[in-house]
Amino acid sequence: MISLVAGDAWVLQAILWLPVVGAAHVILGSESRAKILALVWSTLVFLLSASLWWLYNPNAGSGYQLVSSFEWIAKFGVNYALGVDGISLFMLLLTTLITPIAILGSFEYIKTKEKAFYSLMLMLEFAVLGVFSATDMFLFYVFFELTLIPMYFIIGIWGGGRRIYAAVKFFLFTSLGSLLMLVGILYMYSRGGSESFAFDHFLQIPLSLTEQLWLFGAFGLAFAIKIPLFPFHTWLPDAHVEAPTPGSVVLASVLLKMGTYGFVRFLLPFFPLVVSNSFIVGLVMGLGVLGILLCAWIAAVQHDAKKLVAYTSVAHMGFVVLGIFATNEIGLQGAMIIMISHGLSTGALFLLLGMLYERTKTREISEFGGLAKSVPWLTTMFVVSAFASIGVPGTSGFTGEFLALIGAFEVSPTMAIFAATGVVFAAYYMLPMVQSIFFNTKTEPENSELQDLTRRESLVLIPLIVGIFWLGVYPKPFMDRMSPSLNEVIERVEDQEDIGVTLFTPGTSERRVSEDLGHVVDSWETEPTEVGGSD
Amino acid sequence: MINPHLNLFIESGLFVDGNMNWKPIMPAIIILAPLIGFIINGAISLYLNRPNVNSKGESSNGLKRIVSVVGPGSILASFIVVGLNGFRMLLAGHPTTFNANYWTWLQTSDFQVNVGIQIDTLSIVMMAVITGVGFLIHLFSIGYMESEKGYARYFAYLNLFVFFMLILVMGSSYPIMFVGWEGVGLCSYLLIGYWFEDEEKASAGKKAFIVNRIGDLGFLLGIFLLHSALGSVDYVGVAENASGVFVYGGGLVTLITLFFLLAGVGKSAQIPLFVWLPDAMAGPTPVSALIHAATMVTAGVYLIVRSSVLFAMAPVTSALVAGIGVSTALFAATIACKQYDIKKVLAYSTISQLGYMFLGVGVGAYTAGVFHLVTHAFFKALLFLGAGAVIHSMHHALHKVHSEDDPQDMRNMGGLRQYMPITCFLMWIATLAISGVWPLSGFFSKDEIIWMTGSFAMAESSPFPSLYKIYWVMAVATALMTAYYMTRFMVMTFHGKNRTVDGAGSAIHETPKIMLIPLIILGFLSFFGGWVNVTPHLMESVIGGFGALPMTDWLHHWIEPVIAESHHIQLENIGETGHVSPVGGGEVFWAVLSTCAAAVLVIGTTYFKSKSLSYGVLGEDSGTISRFLYNKWYIDEFYDKWIVKPLGQMSKFCWLKFDQGFIDRAVNLSGRSAKGIGWFGSLFHTGQVNTYAFFLTLGLLAVLITVMF
Amino acid sequence: MLPTQVLFLSAVIFVVGTLGVIVRRNAIIMFLCIELQLNAVNMAFVALSRYVGIEGQLFVFFVMTVAAAEAAVGLAIIISIFRHYESVITDDFSFLRW
Repeated sequence: MISLVAGDAWVLQAILWLPVVGAAHVILGSESRAKILALVWSTLVFLLSASLWWLYNPNAGSGYQLVSSFEWIAKFGVNYALGVDGISLFMLLLTTLITPIAILGSFEYIKTKEKAFYSLMLMLEFAVLGVFSATDMFLFYVFFELTLIPMYFIIGIWGGGRRIYAAVKFFLFTSLGSLLMLVGILYMYSRGGSESFAFDHFLQIPLSLTEQLWLFGAFGLAFAIKIPLFPFHTWLPDAHVEAPTPGSVVLASVLLKMGTYGFVRFLLPFFPLVVSNSFIVGLVMGLGVLGILLCAWIAAVQHDAKKLVAYTSVAHMGFVVLGIFATNEIGLQGAMIIMISHGLSTGALFLLLGMLYERTKTREISEFGGLAKSVPWLTTMFVVSAFASIGVPGTSGFTGEFLALIGAFEVSPTMAIFAATGVVFAAYYMLPMVQSIFFNTKTEPENSELQDLTRRESLVLIPLIVGIFWLGVYPKPFMDRMSPSLNEVIERVEDQEDIGVTLFTPGTSERRVSEDLGHVVDSWETEPTEVGGSD
Repeated sequence: MINPHLNLFIESGLFVDGNMNWKPIMPAIIILAPLIGFIINGAISLYLNRPNVNSKGESSNGLKRIVSVVGPGSILASFIVVGLNGFRMLLAGHPTTFNANYWTWLQTSDFQVNVGIQIDTLSIVMMAVITGVGFLIHLFSIGYMESEKGYARYFAYLNLFVFFMLILVMGSSYPIMFVGWEGVGLCSYLLIGYWFEDEEKASAGKKAFIVNRIGDLGFLLGIFLLHSALGSVDYVGVAENASGVFVYGGGLVTLITLFFLLAGVGKSAQIPLFVWLPDAMAGPTPVSALIHAATMVTAGVYLIVRSSVLFAMAPVTSALVAGIGVSTALFAATIACKQYDIKKVLAYSTISQLGYMFLGVGVGAYTAGVFHLVTHAFFKALLFLGAGAVIHSMHHALHKVHSEDDPQDMRNMGGLRQYMPITCFLMWIATLAISGVWPLSGFFSKDEIIWMTGSFAMAESSPFPSLYKIYWVMAVATALMTAYYMTRFMVMTFHGKNRTVDGAGSAIHETPKIMLIPLIILGFLSFFGGWVNVTPHLMESVIGGFGALPMTDWLHHWIEPVIAESHHIQLENIGETGHVSPVGGGEVFWAVLSTCAAAVLVIGTTYFKSKSLSYGVLGEDSGTISRFLYNKWYIDEFYDKWIVKPLGQMSKFCWLKFDQGFIDRAVNLSGRSAKGIGWFGSLFHTGQVNTYAFFLTLGLLAVLITVMF
Repeated sequence: MLPTQVLFLSAVIFVVGTLGVIVRRNAIIMFLCIELQLNAVNMAFVALSRYVGIEGQLFVFFVMTVAAAEAAVGLAIIISIFRHYESVITDDFSFLRW
């Protein structure tokens, strides 16, 4: 294998396949050792993937690194091709970090069919890693769909009371989107001469505006459901409420990022004409803002703590979408940092709620109260995660939201102002929950006898908390690594404008607020004219 | 220019750097010391509450002693370094601004924020107040919080607060200031809800944070707009580019300053976002003294002074700043007249005094605003700590006789002077200072603000002359009300007959030394603190001691470099401010008049109130106006009815009707419709072979017919 | 006999068989009707072989073999169903319906 792959590319291959080896080992091993094996294998993957931090060289120019490619279905030009760039690097690291944490966090939660559960977790990691490291559209799609299967079983087997409903809804809703994307992929494939599925090849395909619009719709819908972008979000609260803790953690921290990753990876560079159209940009950003506001309000009136956090995920993803569609470097950097930050803080919140559930067997906010007295460490962790989630400076949440909002503000001040009110509403949904769970007086007498964090639980949470502060205080190493890849995406969008293919008002870049505060969205008036040079 | 009275030092060779390139020593220590204190105290707090310990929260004495040393000690270390640097700055005469960048926080191709500090004459004043007053309050807390279980947690939060507050004033750019800005809000939240088991207190913390966040939103938007307009968000860059990009009275600069005003209104508890501050009194009293009187709430004033260049270019915003300030001052003063909770009176008094500061910075008297900020920090901290001492004693006394009475209700006090003479004396100093009685500190700072308001109204081309005249009248009226309600407060607490429940009175006694020492120092500062900035006009008169005070206009000269640009803009567009009040009379005349009026009010109130209070227990006020004021103009009820409740209802609506009822129903409907179509198809699936054969034949026939025809 | 007449007869028998399968409920009778259909087809094969060639008659043998095999399996199923449920009326059997 090593001889087949040039240089350090074997690392990426190994990261991708080690979870499969681990899953096989778990299945072949005994039931009682399943969790330990899963933990060891996923930790191994994490340690190996940590080397990517150094192996990836941001100064080596644009494009993918650690590339390796093999023919898979030669007849159709399908390759098994992997690579990593500044965008996927952090998604890979997030995945490999979250998986062992979720596995370690499920030791007490999962009591039945452990072998099956832990092997599914590892298979899920495999599929997600595949999504983030594939550089071939076909391969990407295979992995994208593959993620559904383990998650479907994790929700459907180890979930709560309405688990079947939630699992089916999750599966059908998300696969509906992906099928549309499949149609889009095949169309682009045929337009590109049916030669290759490589990303780079797809980038070269000349498409007319109409084609781009349709394809944007197909791809966009698939990712919008995955993210989930308002109003395609209703599968998420159901899935989160029913999923077991580790399922929720992986779902929120990693699976949702596949959607936003798709936005950055495909929507922006593939369809620059659409993305530089201010109406479409305004529409998508508007949906993001709606998600931020409505889901914040909805979260505020939830009775179920887990559902509350689920809705906050939608609100956070609204910020991500806002940052992405600002299509400037600040916005994209912000969006990427929120993606990581959300993975850390929401992951921690789900883990903590899971720990509370293990102790009290309830998630009803009103059934808690005064827990800060009996479980001070858990409270501390929860409060830190909650404040990271609502974006207090010094934590990762602020860094991301701040950048995303600045980026959005350059493009559309109106949108950014509305989105920024989400900062207030974040406090409005999070603090009441913190108060009624941990503060006030005890309502249930048995709550005073709860066990505080065990050593295992502290071990689960500490990496997340460290990450939260690292990203909050010194995010520069992250931003430096992302920057070249993100700039490539932006250049691609801006190049299209410069060629003069588009006659719309561009929705990006050096617009000065002083000139047209709030009029950006309204600039649709310029009539779209037929785009030349497409065929 | 070097102040003449510093010549001594210069000649003696203590002058560090001959030219004006001044460099601070160990500036990082100033910020790091409280942070280290926080880490140590936080670790101790967590250690004491570690899992699997049976005796939870029972602090061992050794650790408690460490906390008592580390908590105030870290602030003291910080204060010493600030003092050292302040002294060096003094020696340097007109020191240059010092900037240091530690690391790059955020960086993209066209946006960069460095983690850096800026030390100039303004920030050193703020730092001195924060660490100085902060240290005294930490010291006081040792006594006040002695018997608390969360002793370490309390000091951890308090240290963290000082850390963030120092970031706020020392940061070299708006984003860094925002870090401190939100950080102090967070600490405020944690400390208000320090006794988290009390639902009311926990809710007060939550309310403070949420309301503050509305202000923070304004701050964020201000930063965004600054970045878009100037491409720069650090103070130096803003000051350099502002005059090139903005025009006097332009829309953009007005918008930016309006956003910053929103931020200030939230943090400094002005109309309409003041509602959190009275509730914030739920926290421990030293917290109220430090955060909700002396330091954090003045951050809004600091922000405006820091952005003085922008505000000077936005006359509309400035008028609004002054208007909000003076209205808040008057409004809060009316409420303070009818409160019975000892801390509530002080809370509304704080809001009122903050209004004065806003008025000051709104009329371009940035020095006066900072001046009042400093003196207010002294006397209000003293008042709060004094009140804390009273509450502390009352609490213990009531506890002794197992009384359920509220130790904060002034109706249960009275005549405490005999038990706590030193506290009473010191608090009288503060009261006279806040009432504006000559020669105490409050007189000079408040006089300057009121005077500047009047003279701004009379400026050559004042933007809104009649508006400013109204402000001036309101400010004068507020000053008189201040004298009234503060005297009422003192009389109800310390004079007249003792109304404490039977037997408890004698249990009240003077506070322990560790709590008394900070009070004495603050008393000293409250008395003399105003002498650092006696305006030249007053100086030459009897009020200024005919020039005997060595520090004429000192603070003004000191801060001058920071606000010089804004003065320049103001001079250019408005011209010289008039040197008469709107109704005639010079500064000295009005100063004498106001101090006499205040003194008369104090004496009069003392006389009449102590008489009327001598009849034992007080009842509720029955008059309509009294009730209206007692209930704080029903503002909380108003907000609750028109904002909080509708927001909740709208949220419920969004969830049940829109999200569940519409979107999710549509999603499930699409699923169900697929199911429905399948159900229709399944009707043909009877399980009867004959049916199948029949349809098979039909199909066959159909094929045949199509083929044939 | 002319091939057309034979083909006509074959068609009639086929229709009779088809109707039988559709209308009758007794599995044995339905089975017999299927045999009728098969034999109708056989007859058509034979008749048409006059135009096409020997392949038509060849196919008849195929069909007969298949029919025999089918009869063996089919009857065996029917008998085992009868043993189990004591009925060969198809109305009683719709267990495999979705």
